[in-house]
Amino acid sequence: MRFNRTTFICLALMAAGALFLTQADMFLSNYQLYILKLFFINAILALSLNLIYGFTGMFSLGHAGFMALGAYMAALCILPPEQKEMMWILEPIIWPFSELFTPFWLAVILGGLVAFVFALFIAVPALRLGDDYLGIATLGFAEIIRVLLTNATPITNGSLGIKGIPDSATLLTCYVWMLITLVVIARIVYGNFGNVLRCIRDNEIAAQVMGINVFGYKVMSFCVGAFFAGVGGALLGSHLSTIDPKMFNFLLTFQVLMYVVAGGLGSLTGSILGAGIITVLLEWLRAIEEPMDFFGLVEIPGIPGMRMVVFSVLLLAIILYRREGIMGSREITLAGIGRFFRRLATRTAGREAQ
Amino acid sequence: MSLEMFFQHFFNALTLGSLYALIAIGYTMVYGVLRLINFAHGDILMVGAYFVFFGTFAFGWPWGVSAIAAVCGASLLGVLVERVAYRPLREAPRISALISAIAVSFFIESLAVVVFTGQPRPVLQPDWLISEWQWGRVHILKLTAFVPVMTAVLVAALLYILYRTKPGLAMRAISKDIETTRLMGVRVDNIIAFTFAVGSALAAASGIMWALRYPQVHPYMGIMPGLKAFVAAVVGGIGSVQGAVIGGVILGFVEIMSIAFFPELSGYRDAFAFIILVLVLVFKPTGLLGENLKEKI
Repeated sequence: MRFNRTTFICLALMAAGALFLTQADMFLSNYQLYILKLFFINAILALSLNLIYGFTGMFSLGHAGFMALGAYMAALCILPPEQKEMMWILEPIIWPFSELFTPFWLAVILGGLVAFVFALFIAVPALRLGDDYLGIATLGFAEIIRVLLTNATPITNGSLGIKGIPDSATLLTCYVWMLITLVVIARIVYGNFGNVLRCIRDNEIAAQVMGINVFGYKVMSFCVGAFFAGVGGALLGSHLSTIDPKMFNFLLTFQVLMYVVAGGLGSLTGSILGAGIITVLLEWLRAIEEPMDFFGLVEIPGIPGMRMVVFSVLLLAIILYRREGIMGSREITLAGIGRFFRRLATRTAGREAQ
Repeated sequence: MSLEMFFQHFFNALTLGSLYALIAIGYTMVYGVLRLINFAHGDILMVGAYFVFFGTFAFGWPWGVSAIAAVCGASLLGVLVERVAYRPLREAPRISALISAIAVSFFIESLAVVVFTGQPRPVLQPDWLISEWQWGRVHILKLTAFVPVMTAVLVAALLYILYRTKPGLAMRAISKDIETTRLMGVRVDNIIAFTFAVGSALAAASGIMWALRYPQVHPYMGIMPGLKAFVAAVVGGIGSVQGAVIGGVILGFVEIMSIAFFPELSGYRDAFAFIILVLVLVFKPTGLLGENLKEKI
């Protein structure tokens, strides 16, 4: 890594962000903190899917499966053994998992690794397939993971799920994991490795002709994406404190896909932006499910479920009218921000001179 | 397993297989003409089932009338979905259309939750369908014989349309080469809309029979049958109607028979279809009857 001015400014900004977050509970309400955490986690998920789909062009619909693996692994790691013994009422929990007790950071990494290994395992059959076939196959794998989790009662507590997971995912932890994800994926994507990935995305046959080991690169990208999906799942499980197999259904994958599409395929900052906007929007849309009262004249009763209708219409609108998303494949960079302010400055200066 | 039990399972499997087959035909037809996985297909099935529910319960129509009304309503919905969400994206990358399809599916589901509420509702079963035939000790629910027969009739009608009429010819032409078909003077847009109408009508027919067989309707009832029927379409070879029927029946038999013979596997029921899918995609990605679609360079 070269240490030039940009790197330095980025590091300073990250540190400033961390410093801000340590003080955040002073001026943000609990609800706002909750949303902020959810945003960091969603950003991790969006970044990881963007690596797989946006940069390598593999249409994967298996994200919820990887998240489920990460979430379960981490939950099993951080729950105290005696609590686990009490909770597994259908069948007692089996040995290595009953004694497992690790610190949170290790649990998150283990969650990512489980997803990584599983991705490696399914990559061999699945990644031979082209776009929408790959989508269906990965969707199938995600469903298989869900069925396995439901039935592996001695490990996962079956359909009852796991409750009371300690909330170890603090605001700062989520933030740091998001930065790790961002930096790792940015280093992958904007290095030579990333050039290869983009080459595969844009023309697989040309890549093959140039002697690139297409399959190997695809597997690498897929597994790294799955690792961070597992990490995101681990954080999400701890954040929500309850997980069950039903939660990790296709709709969850769909939500992550929407962060990526809204932000722009092939734009990392776009993914973060998309995750942020949609997370906030989904919370904000809760308002329309509340009863509304216009100046005491008209009263509209709350309609449960309306939020999702509005949400899906918005997504349809994005796809139909702005297919490339907010950022397209551009990035927000320091140089770009600098240019923007310089242009703004010259414009104001010009106006003053007149 | 006793013989009478086997017969019962056989008819159950045939019923489930026919239902999958009817849904799978819709997927395979749309994929044939547009190369698009119509994710909203399963939800059209759900809407069809709801229409029948409202026809019989709310308006008090007789079964036959509300079933026909439901099929017509669902095919209109299918055409509408194509017009609003797929046609503007026909020149776009295929993945955009796929995401649009997922968004439409999500939209129909959440709208159904709002309009119909999320509560599952019971469906009225006509008496003549839930009575039983009895041969010796074998009891067979009339419904489990009615569904395969009805399916056979619908498939025969569809094959007639496809192979004996002008619109059917145009559909087959579009699936070979859309541009040339347009140049030959076929109104491609109308034919594609017609494809959606036929596919959605079959999905609605399947949804109605599904609601009769498992007598309740709820907004998410279309998801699993839809996914599994898509698997059936892939197993049979996507783009081939006969393949979809065969794939659907295979899937129905695997699902019912494996649980009949190994009851301890019943928890894994939903995984069978996807395991078959993965196996087929690995060993014969074009499916049983599928044509080898060459990727254009």
